[in-house]
Amino acid sequence: MEGLSVVQANLKVYVDPSQSKNLSSAIFRELSALLFKYNDAFHGVLLAYNVHAPENKGRILPGVHPFIAVRLEAKLLVFSPKPDMLLEGKVVKVTEESIHVIVLGFSSAIITDEAIRNEFKYKTKHGQGLYVNRSNRRHVIKAGTMIRFVVKSMNEETLHIYGSLMPANTGSVKILEKFSEHMNTESVTINSTPKKRRSKEKYEVTTQITEHGSIVKDAPSQNHYDREIKKSRRS
Amino acid sequence: MQTSTKALSGAVADIDDLHHEKLLKAIFNLSLWNFGPDVIDALLELIVSLAASNGKHVDSCLDMLVSNFTPPNKVLDMLKQPRGLEKKERVLPRVHAALKNISELVPMAASRLSSIVLEQMPWKSKRNVDQWSMKRQLIYVENMFKLESGAIREFVGANMLKDVMNVLRDLDVAIGWDDILHDDSSKGVFMIELEDENYADGDEDADELPSTLSEKSLSKNLTAELLDSLMVQTFEHLESSVSNKRLSEVFDTLLSSFKDTVLNTYKSKFTQFVMFYACALDPEHCGTEFASELIDMFVGGHNPLTRMSAVAYLASFLARGKFLPPAFVASYLGRLVDWCWQYCVMHDGDMNPKLHQVFYSGCQAMMYILCFRMRLMVEIPLLKSQLFCMPIDKIFKHKLDPLKVCLPSIVEEFLKQAKAARLFTSSKTFVFEDLLVSNLSRDFGGLERLDMFFPFDPCLLKNADRSFIRPNYVYWKYVRTTYHEDIDDDDEEDGSDGEVEGAAEFDDDMEEVIISRSYGDNDLEMDEFDYAMNKMSITPRNNSSAGLRMPSRIRPSMSPESL
Repeated sequence: MEGLSVVQANLKVYVDPSQSKNLSSAIFRELSALLFKYNDAFHGVLLAYNVHAPENKGRILPGVHPFIAVRLEAKLLVFSPKPDMLLEGKVVKVTEESIHVIVLGFSSAIITDEAIRNEFKYKTKHGQGLYVNRSNRRHVIKAGTMIRFVVKSMNEETLHIYGSLMPANTGSVKILEKFSEHMNTESVTINSTPKKRRSKEKYEVTTQITEHGSIVKDAPSQNHYDREIKKSRRS
Repeated sequence: MQTSTKALSGAVADIDDLHHEKLLKAIFNLSLWNFGPDVIDALLELIVSLAASNGKHVDSCLDMLVSNFTPPNKVLDMLKQPRGLEKKERVLPRVHAALKNISELVPMAASRLSSIVLEQMPWKSKRNVDQWSMKRQLIYVENMFKLESGAIREFVGANMLKDVMNVLRDLDVAIGWDDILHDDSSKGVFMIELEDENYADGDEDADELPSTLSEKSLSKNLTAELLDSLMVQTFEHLESSVSNKRLSEVFDTLLSSFKDTVLNTYKSKFTQFVMFYACALDPEHCGTEFASELIDMFVGGHNPLTRMSAVAYLASFLARGKFLPPAFVASYLGRLVDWCWQYCVMHDGDMNPKLHQVFYSGCQAMMYILCFRMRLMVEIPLLKSQLFCMPIDKIFKHKLDPLKVCLPSIVEEFLKQAKAARLFTSSKTFVFEDLLVSNLSRDFGGLERLDMFFPFDPCLLKNADRSFIRPNYVYWKYVRTTYHEDIDDDDEEDGSDGEVEGAAEFDDDMEEVIISRSYGDNDLEMDEFDYAMNKMSITPRNNSSAGLRMPSRIRPSMSPESL
């Protein structure tokens, strides 16, 4: 999944003098207050941190209300989804108008019906709404399905993501990975058997042609086939 | 209405918060209490869809749902009637279900919910209590408890409990001592208890009662009435937590809240009884946890005022908790005595109330506990030997001279009982002349008057006390001291449907095991059990219907309860 990154950060934490007896817990408290909130400095949402043990030393900044400034290094796990990134999340609700997803257990995403490709058709089964792929009946998106979707935009204040299922490489993660495995298996088979490879390659080229998210199933072109035969005769 | 609402639900993604501001405002200002179930369902579906579709609507949606915790005035008025109850059953479960749905679709909404509930609390907006605000507050807190025990309790439960404790504390502090105390400074710490046969029978005109402190004077105080009702609600919630096997989880939050907000609030008179009752419901775990926390704070704390407050709570708790077994009391008393003795060993100086205020508060706590429990402890051989092995006499004979500094009325009562039990006899003569306080005790108590801080003195809130606290409470009036003569067995009361002191022994290794008698266990056969119990226990009875016949009428010379 995209959007997650580990960053090394140099931080300065300002601690109230009353907390000076237990600096570590004061620092952890300050950092914990930043968790699951969008932070401009990190350009994303802080999910976790790993702080190198502070030396219990800090400079006292003078002023009307003096604070202790403690420098430390930290490894931060930051979630910063950008438009066109691929994210994965669990579907929690499906209606005719939208699919609601939870990403990483805390961020809510919505995919409206306009952002769902025509391949998917809304149905109701046993009182539950779901989207079924017209080409592949096994490709179903319902509550509980893990899906992959593209980010359209994100509201940093509310951590609300607007997603899209238009690209072909979006949908149920399980189905997409199965398809991807299948493709990898076929390409391995092509590598080991030269004769068969030629025909498989042609098959691959044919099925990968896509247009606006739908797979165009064309017959292999005659010209292409003829060129392959001539190549083999020359070798 | 239903049709248009359902249609809107299908188009939430197209609702713009700027262009459709008026529409949104109209939706969020709706009161669900005015509609039937179908319309309510449609409205709530719209609210949930709005929250899930656009993060900007989440706060407004939560605001709208929380505002429906309290009904309009006309419904508020009839909440206890069948029509009102029916409306309540129609609206509130649906509101809570919608909150749960929003939390499932928008996980971060749960963190927003706690602050929104706190902001909308009726108490916040109207400090002067009247009948309307009382009803509103009561139903609001009922909803807070629903959140605390509901499907999203993991996210909001702790905050709900803490906010309720804060409300109780604020109301408590708002009740001034002028409202309830008729000042009589000539009287000592131990007084004739409020509970008298006549009063217990509901005879409010009983003249025999000294009216220094009176529930009657609180009865016209609306703030007290509200606090009383909220305390009852809280106790009921604790009871339901026991049924749901959640008491220990709830208690952890209560203890944290107690340490943060109640412990150092010296004006708190009744809020702390929430802890008392929770411990009464589960003495083995909650009682132990509470007492351990208090002793640890006293022994290991840094702030002297917090330490003094903690030991005052510990002393009052161990003295008044009827559900606490003698062995339990003895073990914590032992730790207290050990600390005081170690302090004596480390400090070779002379008496100095201000310098050694923490020490004097520990000594006063020891004496206070022993005033209530000495007789009980000396009647059990194992505990008696433990008690006699404690370096109590060394502490009181030390140069720091705690007997001179501590509250005179407590010292006097302790010396009387200790002499009768042959535990300790002072070589000096103390003439207190029935004084409640002395200058020295004032010095060690400080500005906060922690020398006179007995936080579990009788609860004066009528309903909270009678139905919940009283059966678990040790009244001074019924304490048998070491200097009182024994009674004949025949004169003892039997057939009590109330409580017998001597709660469960936690430690099975104790030689004499006092069999537990749990609160509310009305089926227990009394005859043989009572005989055994009465032989060895101090038995405050609370049996208003049977008529009390105490073995001896305890009339200590000092009257009013301590402040």
